[in-house]
Amino acid sequence: MKDSGHLPLWWSFLKIGACGFGGGYAILPLIGHEVVDVRNWASLAEFSDMVALSQITPGPVAINGATYVGFTAGGFLGSVVATVAVCLPPFVFVTLACRFLLAFKDHPRVLGALRLLRPAAAGLVLAAALSLLNRENFIGWESVPVFLAALALTLWTKLDPITIIVLAGVAGLMLYAPAG
Amino acid sequence: MTAPELLPRLFVSFFKIGLFTIGGGYAMLPLIEREVVGKRRWLTGPEYLDALALAQSLPGPVAVNSAVFVGYKTARIPGAVAAVLGTTLPSFVVMLLIAAFFVNVKDNPHVAGAFNAIRPAVAALIAGSAWSLAKKTEKRPFSMVLIIATTAAVWSLKISPAWVVPALAVIGAIMPIGNAGRRDPGTEAFDQVEKDLER
Repeated sequence: MKDSGHLPLWWSFLKIGACGFGGGYAILPLIGHEVVDVRNWASLAEFSDMVALSQITPGPVAINGATYVGFTAGGFLGSVVATVAVCLPPFVFVTLACRFLLAFKDHPRVLGALRLLRPAAAGLVLAAALSLLNRENFIGWESVPVFLAALALTLWTKLDPITIIVLAGVAGLMLYAPAG
Repeated sequence: MTAPELLPRLFVSFFKIGLFTIGGGYAMLPLIEREVVGKRRWLTGPEYLDALALAQSLPGPVAVNSAVFVGYKTARIPGAVAAVLGTTLPSFVVMLLIAAFFVNVKDNPHVAGAFNAIRPAVAALIAGSAWSLAKKTEKRPFSMVLIIATTAAVWSLKISPAWVVPALAVIGAIMPIGNAGRRDPGTEAFDQVEKDLER
């Protein structure tokens, strides 16, 4: 993969930076689509691992994802290329918006666009969740109670994602790791 | 304050923000508010609300968008560069170390075992986040239809979100569909900041 140059990384993460909307998990389906479906830089299981790792480390998921995928697909230079690419579109858009657009933030057309994009962001995240429900992530019957327990904890308790991931990791050690 | 003093300060402030927010995105907002409005007084309260509205209505990670806004307002393009470098650098360095290290340990039976259970938990975390986002949209059939349509387009039909998002933005801008909403359903973080600033 390193032979193919870093251009595909550049374009993919430029696209992710330009179209990722809504912040946080809403950017995941876009990363997943590019990284797993289009470019085959990672399997779905590796993608889930990346999400888990970016949840327990500092910084926005998009930056973590860009650095991680960039590194696995193209080494150190790849991680720099992907991270710069994902930051560039927001940089340009926000700078332009500061200069020209701030007066239009209550414009009916801007509000009209947002009215469709806010619910769409929920749909995007739901699509990301559904795409992860597969044999790669659910390797046996034990995966189902782990999933349901994590879902219950995230919906009905104030536990943060880091704690839930750590708890799941402990469950995994007890379920799957060799004794001793 | 002149630019030579301002740029390192912007960098350091946003480096702290980037380093101490785990989970990213909206978790960063209260920290940005404290540092930028409370401590440094780079922005006033209303300016910060503008920044948030902008950060959420433009594409890109909310944290990066806010950093660009604050940096640009304080010290133009060099300021924006300093702020973005500050926010990005902690995640970049930590993630780089993990990526380099994880390749070597992921086949260790203990690590592999832990991740076997972490994967379904990640799916649950994302499903939970979809649920809380859906709850925050306006309670009417229009929003439900839109959520289901987006899910179907991306998940069943495998249409890239890179097409869905711009298409919806254009349709929303030119057609007054779903116009009933009086208030834009902002996020909890946004409302919280608004409340904080009123006090």
